[in-house]
Amino acid sequence: MSDTTAPDWTSREGDAGDRGESAVVSLGARTAQVDAPARSTQAVFELQGLGVLYGGKQAVQDVTVDLHEHEITAFIGPSGCGKSTILRCLNRMNDLVPSARVEGSIRYHGQDLYDSKVDSVEVRKRIGMVFQKPNPFPKSIFDNIAFGPKVLGMKGDMNEIVERALRRAALWDEVKDRLKTNAFGMSGGQQQRLCIARCLAVDPDVILMDEPCSALDPISTGKIEDLMLELKRDYSIVIVTHNMQQAARVSDRTAFFIVDLSAGEGNRIGRLIEYDATDKIFTNPADSRTEDYVTGKVG
Amino acid sequence: MSAPALSLRAKSGSARIKEVVFRLAMLLCLGLSGLVLVTLIIDVLIDALPVLGSRLLTNFPSSNSEVAGLQPAIFGTLWIIGVCAVFIVPVGVATAIYLEEYADNSKWWNRLIEVNIQNLAAVPSIVYGILGLAFLVRGPLSLGRVVLAGGLTLGLLVLPVVIISGREAIRAVPPSIKEGSMALGATKWQTVWKQVLPASIPGIATGVILALSRAIGETAPLIVVGAATFITFNPSGVVGDGAGFSALPIQIFSWISQPQDEFRQLAAAGIVMLLGVLCVMNGLAIYLRNKYENKW
Repeated sequence: MSDTTAPDWTSREGDAGDRGESAVVSLGARTAQVDAPARSTQAVFELQGLGVLYGGKQAVQDVTVDLHEHEITAFIGPSGCGKSTILRCLNRMNDLVPSARVEGSIRYHGQDLYDSKVDSVEVRKRIGMVFQKPNPFPKSIFDNIAFGPKVLGMKGDMNEIVERALRRAALWDEVKDRLKTNAFGMSGGQQQRLCIARCLAVDPDVILMDEPCSALDPISTGKIEDLMLELKRDYSIVIVTHNMQQAARVSDRTAFFIVDLSAGEGNRIGRLIEYDATDKIFTNPADSRTEDYVTGKVG
Repeated sequence: MSAPALSLRAKSGSARIKEVVFRLAMLLCLGLSGLVLVTLIIDVLIDALPVLGSRLLTNFPSSNSEVAGLQPAIFGTLWIIGVCAVFIVPVGVATAIYLEEYADNSKWWNRLIEVNIQNLAAVPSIVYGILGLAFLVRGPLSLGRVVLAGGLTLGLLVLPVVIISGREAIRAVPPSIKEGSMALGATKWQTVWKQVLPASIPGIATGVILALSRAIGETAPLIVVGAATFITFNPSGVVGDGAGFSALPIQIFSWISQPQDEFRQLAAAGIVMLLGVLCVMNGLAIYLRNKYENKW
C-alpha cells in the first residue's frame, strides 16, 4: 500500500472524503474510519497505443492511458466503443477469443502483461473480474467462494477464508445461515455481491467490473457502489458502466470513449477521447464530444 | 354490422373444419403407434403369464421347458453391460470434452472427426458385430468368445450416442460459468474438470443410460461375436475360459426358434424381463434429468 504524497491529485481530496463518509453510514456494520483516498501516483496499468483486432478487424485503436492504484477508474461511452474489450485486455480474458489480437502494450506494475513469458492464468489470479450478468457457479454459496482459493491451492482454514470474503462483500449477515444452499436461490443483487466476494476470496490486486450493476435494481446498485468505495482502500478498481451517474458517484477518474465511424459503418472503431479526474469530465470536460455525452445531448 | 375496418369476426366455417380435421389426423397417428405398442405388450404378457416366476431367475436353460430358466442370460447381460459402461463412460466423455472444449473447429481434421462420429451412429449394428469378430474375438486381439469381446463390441456400437449426448450436455453449460472460473485464475483444465463437467453430469448420465439401454436390447452383434444360445454356467470373468456368455436377447432369440409352444412362452417371459429392465433404466434417466436439471 504505497501512500505516496506527491500532490498531483489534490483537487479530489475533499469530495472523495465525503463520499467515503456516506459509505460508512450506509454500510452500517463497518467500524473502521475511511481515510481520505491514497493520493497515489503509482500506476497499476499503463496502456500504450493499445489496439484490439477481432478477426483482423480493428475494434479498438490507439488507447494510451494510465490507471492508478487505489482508485476507481470508470470507462464510459456509447455501446460498441470498446470499453469492455479494453477491460478484458487487462486480465487477458481476450486470450479466450481465438480471433482476438492485441497490439500496443499494457504494463502492469511496470511488467509487460502480454510478454510471451507471462502466464495468463497467473495474470487472472492477480486481476479479478466481475461480469455484467451475475454468474454464480451452480454450487452452494460456500463452494462458490471456496472454488477460487481451492484451485489456487491457498492454504488456511477454508471456513475462515469464505467468511472473510463474504464479510468484505457485506454479504455475510445475509447468507451466513444458508451457506450450503445453492447460490441460484439468491436475489440478483446478492448474486452479484457473491461474485464480488468470490473475486475477493483469491486476494487479487485489481478488480475489473464490466457493467456490474446493469442487471440490478437501484437498491442493489447502491449496495454495490458502497462496496466499491469501501474496497478501493485495498484494491484498484476499473469499472465499465453505462450509467453516467454511477461513474460520477463512485469513480475517481473517468475515461470517455466513442465509436469512430469514419472508416465506414461496417468498421466501428473505439477510440479514447478524454481521460481525466471524474469531476472534471463531468463539470468541465476538455472535449465537446465528452460534454455532449455526459450532459445527455447524444448517446 | 357497424364495425369499423378492423372487425373481430368469427372464424370462417372452412377454417374451423380444417382445424378439426388436422387435429383428428394427428390423434389418429398417435393412436396408431400407441395401439401397436399396447397390443404387443398385452400379447407378450398373455404368453408370458403362465411361466413368469422365480425359476426364470434361478434356473439354467434346459431342453426341458418345465425347468428352463435364464439366469446365465441375465448374468451375461449384466456382465456385458458392465464392461460396456466401463468402456464408454471415460472414452465417450473424454471425446465429448475434447470436441467441445479443445478442438479448434476451423481445422479440417476436427470437422472430419465430428462428421464421422455422426455417421458412426447410423452404421448398422451387424457391422459392429463383424468388426468385433474380426478384431476382438479373432484377429489381433484374439480374445475368443468372451464377455470382454461382447461388451467392447456393444461399447463401440453405442459410443457415438454417448459422445453426441455428452457434447450437448457440455455445450449447455453457459460460457459465463467458464469465464467466471477462468477469471478467478483457474486453468482451462481446472475449469473443465471442476465446473463444466460437474454441471453437465446430469446430461451425460442421461445419455449413458439411454446408450446402455440400447446396448441391452442389441442381438445381432452379439450373435456375430459368439454369444452362446445354450449355456450352463454364469460368466466368472471378462476373459478366459469361464467368460463365455449368453445374453437376454440371445436367449429370447434361441427360445423363439424352438418348435414347442412352451418355449415360446418362455421367450415371452424373457421379453417381459427385458422390457422391465429397459423401463427401469429409462425411468432412471428421466429421473436424473429432472432432478439435476440446471436452471441457468
